[in-house]
Amino acid sequence: MSEYIVNLKINNISVSVKEGTTILEAAQQLNFNIPTLCNHPDLSVAGNCRVCVVEVKGARLLAASCATPVSEGMEVFTNSEKVRTARKHVIELLLSEHNADCTKCFKNGNCELQEMASEYRVGDHVFIDLVKQKKNKIDISSPSIAKDDSKCIRCQRCVRTCTELQSVSALAVVNKGDHQFISTFMNKPMHEVVCTNCGQCINRCPTGALTERTYTEEVWNAINDPNKHVVVQTAPAVRVALGEDLGFEVGHRVTGKLVSALKHIGFDSVLDTDFTADLTIMEEGTELLTRLKRALVDGEDVALPMMTSCSPGWIKFQEHMFPNLLNNLSTCKSPQQMFGALAKTYYAKKKGIDPKNMVSVSIMPCVAKKFEANRPEMRDSGYQDVDYVLTTRELAMMVKQAGINFIKLPDENYDSIMGDSTGAAVIFGATGGVMEAALRTAYEIVTGREVPFTNLNISPVRGMDGVKSASVLITDVKPEWSFLEGVELRVAIAHGLSNAKKLMEAIERKEVNYHFIEIMGCPGGCIGGGGQPIPTSMDIRKKRTEAIYAEDEGLPLRKSHENPEVALIYKDFLTEPLGHKSHDLLHTHYKSRNRY
Amino acid sequence: MENKIVKKVDLIFQECNADEVISIIEKTLQKSQDDVILEVIDSGLKGRGGAGFPTGLKWKFTKNEDNPVKYVICNADEGEPGTFKDREILDRVGYKILGGMTICGYAIGAKEGYIYLRGEYNFLLKKLQEQVDNFNKLLQNKNVDFKVFLKSGSGAYICGEESALFESMEGKRGEPRNKPPYPTVAGYNSKPTVINNVETLVYVTMILKMGAENFKQFGTHDSRGSKVFSVSGDTPIAGIYELELGMPLQDFVDDFGDGDTKAVQVGGASGHCVPRKQFKDTIIGFEGIPTGGSMMVFNSSRSMYNVLHDYLEFFTEESCGQCTPCRVGCQQLLLGIEAVKKGERKPAYLEELKKLASTMKVAAKCGLGQSVANPFNSIVDNFKEEIIY
Repeated sequence: MSEYIVNLKINNISVSVKEGTTILEAAQQLNFNIPTLCNHPDLSVAGNCRVCVVEVKGARLLAASCATPVSEGMEVFTNSEKVRTARKHVIELLLSEHNADCTKCFKNGNCELQEMASEYRVGDHVFIDLVKQKKNKIDISSPSIAKDDSKCIRCQRCVRTCTELQSVSALAVVNKGDHQFISTFMNKPMHEVVCTNCGQCINRCPTGALTERTYTEEVWNAINDPNKHVVVQTAPAVRVALGEDLGFEVGHRVTGKLVSALKHIGFDSVLDTDFTADLTIMEEGTELLTRLKRALVDGEDVALPMMTSCSPGWIKFQEHMFPNLLNNLSTCKSPQQMFGALAKTYYAKKKGIDPKNMVSVSIMPCVAKKFEANRPEMRDSGYQDVDYVLTTRELAMMVKQAGINFIKLPDENYDSIMGDSTGAAVIFGATGGVMEAALRTAYEIVTGREVPFTNLNISPVRGMDGVKSASVLITDVKPEWSFLEGVELRVAIAHGLSNAKKLMEAIERKEVNYHFIEIMGCPGGCIGGGGQPIPTSMDIRKKRTEAIYAEDEGLPLRKSHENPEVALIYKDFLTEPLGHKSHDLLHTHYKSRNRY
Repeated sequence: MENKIVKKVDLIFQECNADEVISIIEKTLQKSQDDVILEVIDSGLKGRGGAGFPTGLKWKFTKNEDNPVKYVICNADEGEPGTFKDREILDRVGYKILGGMTICGYAIGAKEGYIYLRGEYNFLLKKLQEQVDNFNKLLQNKNVDFKVFLKSGSGAYICGEESALFESMEGKRGEPRNKPPYPTVAGYNSKPTVINNVETLVYVTMILKMGAENFKQFGTHDSRGSKVFSVSGDTPIAGIYELELGMPLQDFVDDFGDGDTKAVQVGGASGHCVPRKQFKDTIIGFEGIPTGGSMMVFNSSRSMYNVLHDYLEFFTEESCGQCTPCRVGCQQLLLGIEAVKKGERKPAYLEELKKLASTMKVAAKCGLGQSVANPFNSIVDNFKEEIIY
């Protein structure tokens, strides 16, 4: 960034900013709010909605403040009559092509267009209704994402998200003029294209054009059916974000209230995905050590680096883009799917519930989990292992519908069994968390000592860098792990699919050499998942991450292998990691998919 | 203000073979880069694509950019409805275009030039390619470090907008960019770029041949030189004419009209509609109404509602669709006049639409959306009764 300072006036107030600063940023420094729609802090500048136009003294045109750099001596007016007229026109035009079916819309109350329209007190009847003129289509082919073109205002945030953040490019602008819209390759349905269901587009859609497929009515029906036993599991990242939709500040932990709310809503068993996160560490950690042994001792040609498989968006991305690396993926199911398979077998048996009367629901920060639950492989219990996946946002909606005063709820504890959690499981929700949890356990299994990091916090794998790497030197190992003596275990972590792609390409080119890699499909990991409260930004993701690590530090047990319920399930049911039953219930396989 | 009568000029289509163009280039290369730019500035030449930016200044800005890679681009994406003069220029005096590009390349320090040819003009491609190949060889023989390439468009009007043209050349969707940065700083491949209209580049060759002083004999103080006009519509002598700039529209109508002219659309669909009562006071030039060359003549048998409707249909379809004022605004103007015509909206709605068009003029991202107000407001203002009834 340049060191030059530019002096200008905004609404007659002087301000000095660095060269290259936009008018919008300079105005924000002076606390002048300029409305924006196509602008998003995570994305490149588009300058196409024109809501943020401002008047620059002496200029013939209004300037899009998000896209116009400041210049020396500039005099800007953010709320002149000319600006207000243009801004109202733009909002009215957008409303004329937008299906303002607000009361039914999932985004009602959290829609940027709605908010702006009410701020400027404009209606949708000034101009001719264009929605009626067009054959807009609602695509609900995907079990994860609903795409309603009638609500699209062509800001292209979704397209930029899909291309820039995720390197997927499932969404693209097609046609021009009045025929322009956001489409897919050959205008195919969403479930037939490279879409990974990550839902990052949903997080950045200013309206309700892109939302999750909602299953709250199905879940209410199950809860209200006296013959059904409804089991619910909650993912680690939900507890640090749900509060945002229910009156708390960003980064506020609501674990106890989350449990309490689920019980009020009427779920019969309120359990924790954290339990299977800990179990994942046992299975995946053992898988890694086994692969290393086969490579180092038996000299076998084993697929290394091994890659984590918790993130279903990442899995589908790999199946489309790097099918030649599928053997590198851990065969472990994600914690959600391990949980589902165990709920209808182990839990049902222990509690004396007929699994055919069990409905398994999960609360996830994710929309790809909806797709994952519907994968044909995910029926190892003899039933669909997870019946319904709800996002953090859908749960917030159910809490409101149930009339629960969330802020005042007392804290409650998860039910047992499959409700115990360690700090290692909680940090699955942040990028680097699975790696940290795996290292805490694997290092201790191999050496008998705790990982050599202060307070168990493995800081090199934490943080928001797109690709992180670290290494741990293994010494003084237990006799049975002698083949690992002196080995420097090299690991890497990537989050967001663009970063994952960079890392995969480096692996394909053999530029890097790692043993173990953690990938999360979403920026920041699950705390930034496609099912989390909207809006999202780096700042919000950092606060949720801080909350995750605070939750970890606050728990008495912080290593997966110390989870007593994990010990119990191996004793009573699974016998050993990678054992026969584990293989049947907890592991899976992947399929190669096409690239378009 | 000087008034000129319609005066035909013969600069653009003056025969000039490859060798003659090369000798003009050789003569030019004797001068310093700055002197060449000064000569172009001195000639008063302004862009002939319609916007009228001073050509020499554009070159100067680009030359001043400190970058080893720069480009010269000839905008041959002639798509403005009613404009068909570049096609003729490309067909008849291709070498003079290549000469202008080479002179520009020398002046600004560019080693590559591109002609971006309108997709619909692909029938010219073979001949142009032969000329380009021949010309490149001649330049090489003379040790001139400049090479010309051809690129073909795909039929979108918006790609005539300079930054959309760069996007198209780079293999992307043809959508205008945010400005700044301007092409002189970051154009094709984000390098400093001069982009000039076909006709402008031919005038460059002629200015370097005849000298700025001789060029300045034509036209007026604000509109130096001449201009190629595409004359169409209700005229007995439709065609392409090179005329001096600065003529009163009345004189033009006297020469080209059929005796019953009620309006002239100056500058194509995105230009202004001038009604009969304003012919006398309208100067064709940068001091009056500038034009990329299109003169559409309408007599009293024409419905100005239909004329406006056609233009709006065109813009509704050819908007790139990226910015709100243009994408939705064009549709609303089109549906709006239809609704008024059918009586579904009151005539007063036209005033709302005019305000909308005025917003488009200042808030749209590029010249396409900004210029829709020109035909809309001028036709609605002058022919309101034809729109309503």
